[in-house]
Amino acid sequence: MENENYYQKIGLKVGLEVHQQLDVERKLFCNCPVTPQGDNAILSSFERRLRPTRSELGEIDIAAYFEWKRGRKYIYQSSENTSCLVEADEEPPHPINIEAVRVGLAFAHSVGSTPVDELHVMRKIVIDGSNTTGFQRTALLSIGGSIELSNGKKIRISTICVEEDSSKKLGEEDNNVIYDLERLGVPLLEISTQPDINTPEEAVETALTIGLMLRLTGKAKRGIGSVRQDLNISVRGGTKVEVKGVQELELLPLVIENEARRQLKLLEIKELLLQRGLKKEDIALNFVDITDVLSKTDSKVVKKLLSKENAVGLAICVPKMRGLLGMEIQPGKRFGTELSDYAKFWGGVKGIIHSDELPGYGLSINDVRAIYEKLKCSEEDAFIVIIDEERKAREGLRAVVDRLKMAFDGVPPETRAAMPDGTTRFMRPLPGSARMYPETDIPPLVITSELLSSAKQLAPPTPKEAIQLLVSEYNLNEELAKELLFDENYALFMDIAKLLGKGSYLKTVAWMLVQLRKALKREGFQVENITKEQYVSLSQKIYEEKITKEGVEEVIKYLCNNPSLSVDEVMDKLGLKPLDMEAINAIIKKIIEENAKIVEEKGEKAFGIIMGKAMEILRGRAQGKIVSELVRRNINEYLSAKKG
Amino acid sequence: MSNEYLFKRVKIKTKTGLEIEGTVLPRYALFSNEYLTIKLDNGYNIGIKKDNIVHIEEVERPPKREVVIYKLDEEAATKSSKTTKIILTGGTIASKIDYETGGVTPILTASELLEAIPELREITDIELESPMSIFSEEMTPHEWKRIAEIVAKELLSNPDRGLIIAHGTDTMGYTSAALSFALQNLPSPVALVGAQRSSDRPSSDSAFNLLAAALYATSNIGEVSVVMHGTISDTYALAHRGTRVRKMHTSRRDAFQSINSLPIAKILPYEKKIVLLRKDIKETKQEGFEAKTNFSDKVALIKFYPGMSGDVIDFLVDKGYRGIVIEGTGLGHVSLRLLNSIKRAVEQEAIVTMTSQCIFGTINMNVYSTGRKLLEAGVLPSADMLPETAFVKLSWLLGNYNDIDVVKKLYVTNLVGEIEYRRTISAFPRWYHGE
Ligand SMILES: [Zn+2]
Repeated sequence: MENENYYQKIGLKVGLEVHQQLDVERKLFCNCPVTPQGDNAILSSFERRLRPTRSELGEIDIAAYFEWKRGRKYIYQSSENTSCLVEADEEPPHPINIEAVRVGLAFAHSVGSTPVDELHVMRKIVIDGSNTTGFQRTALLSIGGSIELSNGKKIRISTICVEEDSSKKLGEEDNNVIYDLERLGVPLLEISTQPDINTPEEAVETALTIGLMLRLTGKAKRGIGSVRQDLNISVRGGTKVEVKGVQELELLPLVIENEARRQLKLLEIKELLLQRGLKKEDIALNFVDITDVLSKTDSKVVKKLLSKENAVGLAICVPKMRGLLGMEIQPGKRFGTELSDYAKFWGGVKGIIHSDELPGYGLSINDVRAIYEKLKCSEEDAFIVIIDEERKAREGLRAVVDRLKMAFDGVPPETRAAMPDGTTRFMRPLPGSARMYPETDIPPLVITSELLSSAKQLAPPTPKEAIQLLVSEYNLNEELAKELLFDENYALFMDIAKLLGKGSYLKTVAWMLVQLRKALKREGFQVENITKEQYVSLSQKIYEEKITKEGVEEVIKYLCNNPSLSVDEVMDKLGLKPLDMEAINAIIKKIIEENAKIVEEKGEKAFGIIMGKAMEILRGRAQGKIVSELVRRNINEYLSAKKG
Repeated sequence: MSNEYLFKRVKIKTKTGLEIEGTVLPRYALFSNEYLTIKLDNGYNIGIKKDNIVHIEEVERPPKREVVIYKLDEEAATKSSKTTKIILTGGTIASKIDYETGGVTPILTASELLEAIPELREITDIELESPMSIFSEEMTPHEWKRIAEIVAKELLSNPDRGLIIAHGTDTMGYTSAALSFALQNLPSPVALVGAQRSSDRPSSDSAFNLLAAALYATSNIGEVSVVMHGTISDTYALAHRGTRVRKMHTSRRDAFQSINSLPIAKILPYEKKIVLLRKDIKETKQEGFEAKTNFSDKVALIKFYPGMSGDVIDFLVDKGYRGIVIEGTGLGHVSLRLLNSIKRAVEQEAIVTMTSQCIFGTINMNVYSTGRKLLEAGVLPSADMLPETAFVKLSWLLGNYNDIDVVKKLYVTNLVGEIEYRRTISAFPRWYHGE
C-alpha cells in the first residue's frame, strides 16, 4: 500500500456512495415484507424485455439502447412470500414507505444535512433488467452536511436519497438474464459524499463512520449484501470514474489503489502517444478481412472462432502503437483489456486478439508476420483482430477505435464494476442526467414538521457522542466502548441493557459480546453458533451474579460445539451451577483444615494460597468476591479459634 | 412567484439552510401550489416551500451539453410491403408523457411511432389518423359511432388494408363489442389495442401489443378483436373476439381475457406468428361488408343489489330509456319486489334483459320460480352474453332497428359470436388456493 504522500502527489480524490438496506417492516413502494418469514419456494416466473425510452431532450440512454438492441430477455423468479404485483410491474406503486423516509431524515439530522420541503420520487433508468420497470425509483431527501473523521477532517455529504433496491441476479445464459424478485423494492438509503476523501484509509474510515451511524439508527439491515459501496475516483489530470458494487469494506483500499494506478497508467499512455507523434486522426477504421490468413494457421482458438456460422476475421492496423497495448495498467490487466471490454460491450463479441499478446493463442511468429504483411503494417505498428459474425466484428472494431481515440484524452469517463480481486472492469459509459424522469404514479410527499420531529427521535449519535454515552451511562471504559461501538454485537448489547437495565454488570456483558467473542474466534471456536437468545440468557446470569467471567468463557466454549443446548443445560453439564453460601463455606473450611499448617504458620498472609486453592475448586461456581470474603473470614475464625 | 421563474435557472436560499441551483419546473395540476418544483443538475426534482425561500435569483444556464440522439431504427429493418391504418382514439398506448408538465400528449405522426417501434416496419408500413384523444372512461355510444364510421370509410376505400384502433383500456371491451355489431363481414381485420403500462417506461406493454396487433391486422381474420398480452410474460399476445372480451384486472398486462370462451388466436410478436385457436373464425371477405353504425343512448346497464327497489327502473322508464340491461344474481334473478316496475317498463315498450353478475356461466331463468316469473313479465334472457356486450348489443339494436319485435328477436339470437351454446370445463380460471 502506498503512503499518504503518494496520494497527495497524484491528487487522489474519492467520493463515496454508501447504500444501506433499511430494516423497516415493508418495502419502499408496496406492502411486501423486507425480511420475509417462512418458506420461500419460487412459485412463479415470467419473462420480459425492456426497451429504451426517450428523455425530454429526445435522448436515449446509450447503454439502454445497446441492451435493447442485443434482444436481451429477462426472466424473473418470484415467490408469494417476498414479492407481489408491484415488483412484477403489474400494479402501480403504493405511496412511499414513510418509515424509510423517517430513517433517512433521522440520519440527515445527525449529519447536519438539510431536508427538502417536498419529496419527489424519480425514475432512474436502469435497463439491465434488475428492475422490472426498467427504472429504479429514488427520491432526494436532503442536501449537504458532513461527518468528521478521527483526525478532525470533515468529509462533506452531498446528498441523501432513499431508493428501492434492485433484483438479485441469479444467472445468465446466452441472451437471458435470470433475476429473483425478493430484494427488489427493499428500501435503501444512499449517502453520497463530496470527493473530499484523499487516501484509501480516509475512504475506509468514512465508510465505517457512515455505516456505524446508519446502524445506530437501529434500522439498518444486517448481513451479506445489506451494505454496498460505490466510489467515484479521480487523480490529477484524470477523470471522474464511477466504481460500482464494492461489497467488502476490506476491498475498498485495494480498489482505490488499483483504480488510481489505472488512471495514472492511462495518463502515461497518453504521454507516450504524444511522444510518438500520434494524433487522434491517425487512428482509422480501415478493416481488412484476414480470414484467409487466419484459416491457414494451426491455432485451435482461431479455428474454433472461425467455425462459427458466418464468422470472419477482421483486423485493423494501429500505427506506432506496438508495445502500448500490452502495457499492464492494473494487476493482470493490460491496455488491451480495456479495448477488449469496449469491443465486448458495444459489439457483443467474445473478445479481441492484439499483436502485443502474440505469438500466443497458438499463433506462431510466422502467422503474426503473415498478418503484418496482409495489413501492410510496419514493425512499430500494432494490430487488432476480431473473429465473429461480420456485423459484430465491425461493431467491435469500431468500439476499439473509439476507445483508442479516447486514449489521447487520458481517462475516459466510465462506470466500472469492482471485481473480487480489487481491480475494476468497464461496465458502461457514465450516464447523464437524462436517465432521471419523474415517477408520475406517486404524488410528492410533503416533509412536515411532525415528520421531522419524529425523525429527530431516531437520529443516531455521532461516533464520538456514542462513545461518551457508553462510558458515562453504561460503565464501560473508553477502549471497550469504542470496540463495542464498531462491533456487530452493538445492537445486541443495547437490547440487553434495555432489557435488564443499566449497571456495572454491563462491563462483563460488553466484554463477553466483544472481546471474549473475538478472542475465542481467533482460537478457532465457532462463535457464530451462539444465538442472540443464548447471549441474553448468559447476560441474565451475569446480571444475577450467578456466573463468573470464567464460567461465561467455559459456557460459550461448550455452546460453540453444542449450539442446541440452553445456557442452563450447559451450566449443569459443566457443574457450573452456583453454590450457595453454605456449600462455599464448607468447601473453604475443608481447604483450611487440609492446609492447617500453612495457615498456622502464615496467619493472615495465608490468604493468597488458600484463595488460590479455593478458586481451583470454585471457579465458575462462585463469585470471586464472595469466595475471597469467606476465605478471609474463615482464616480469621480459624486463627482466633486456635488462639482461644 | 412561481410563474416568473418558470423554466428559468435559479439560485435559491431557504430559511432551513438549503442553497441550491436548478431549473423551475411547472407543477402538475393536482399538486399544492405552495411549493416550487426544482430540477437539480443531478437530475432529481425536489419541492421547495415558497415561504421557506429567503432568496431567489435567476442565474445563467451552464452551456448545454451536446446531445447525441440515437434512433432506434438506425439500421433499417426489412420493410414489409403491407400497410396498416392506425386510428388513435386516446389512452396510454398512443401517447407520450411531457415530463415537464406531466401532461400526456398523443403521438401524432407515423414516423414518431415507427421510430419508437422500428420492428413494426418489418410487419407493415403504417398510416396514422388521430380523430380523437379521449380517456377510455369518457367514451360514449356517440364515440362508438364515430369510430365505426371512420373504420367503415377506411374499409370501403381501402378494403385490403387492416386497421388498428388504439384505445384506452378501461372501456375497450365495450368499443370492441360495438364495432363487432356495427361492422360485419369485414374485408380486412380490425384490431383494438391498448396498454396497461404507459409508453414512457421501458417495461411498457405498448410496443409488444402493437406488434401483435400489426400481425393481426395483416392476417386474413375477418373479425373485430382486442389484441393484448396473453400472460404477464412478453411471450404471446391474444386476439379476443370483440364481443367475448372483458377487462378482468385493474392493472395486470394480461387483464383482457375471453370469458366463457376461447380466444381467436395466440400471437407471437417476436416470432411473427399467429396460432389460430378456434374453428369458427370468420375469414375476411371481399363482399358483403355491412356497416350499421347507430347506437341508442337510451339504454342503461344496472346492477341488482340486495335491497334494491323498483325506483331505479321506474326512474329510467320515466326518463325515456328504451332498454334496460340488468346484471342480476346467479342464473338471472332479481328480487320480486322489482317485478311490478319491470312489468310497467315492458308495458311502456322498454326492453328489459337479464345478464348475470357472476360473469362466468350462462343465464338460465327456468330453474327457479323467480326466473320464470321474470320471463313471464317480459324480461329477455341474455344466455351467456357478457353484461357489457348485452348492453352494447341492445344499444346497437335500438339504434338501427325500429321494430321492437325485430329487436327482441335479434337480441336473443347470436349475431357475431356474442352468444355461445357450449361452455367447457376449462373455460374458467384456475384460482390459487395456497400450497
Ligand atoms: Zn410487493
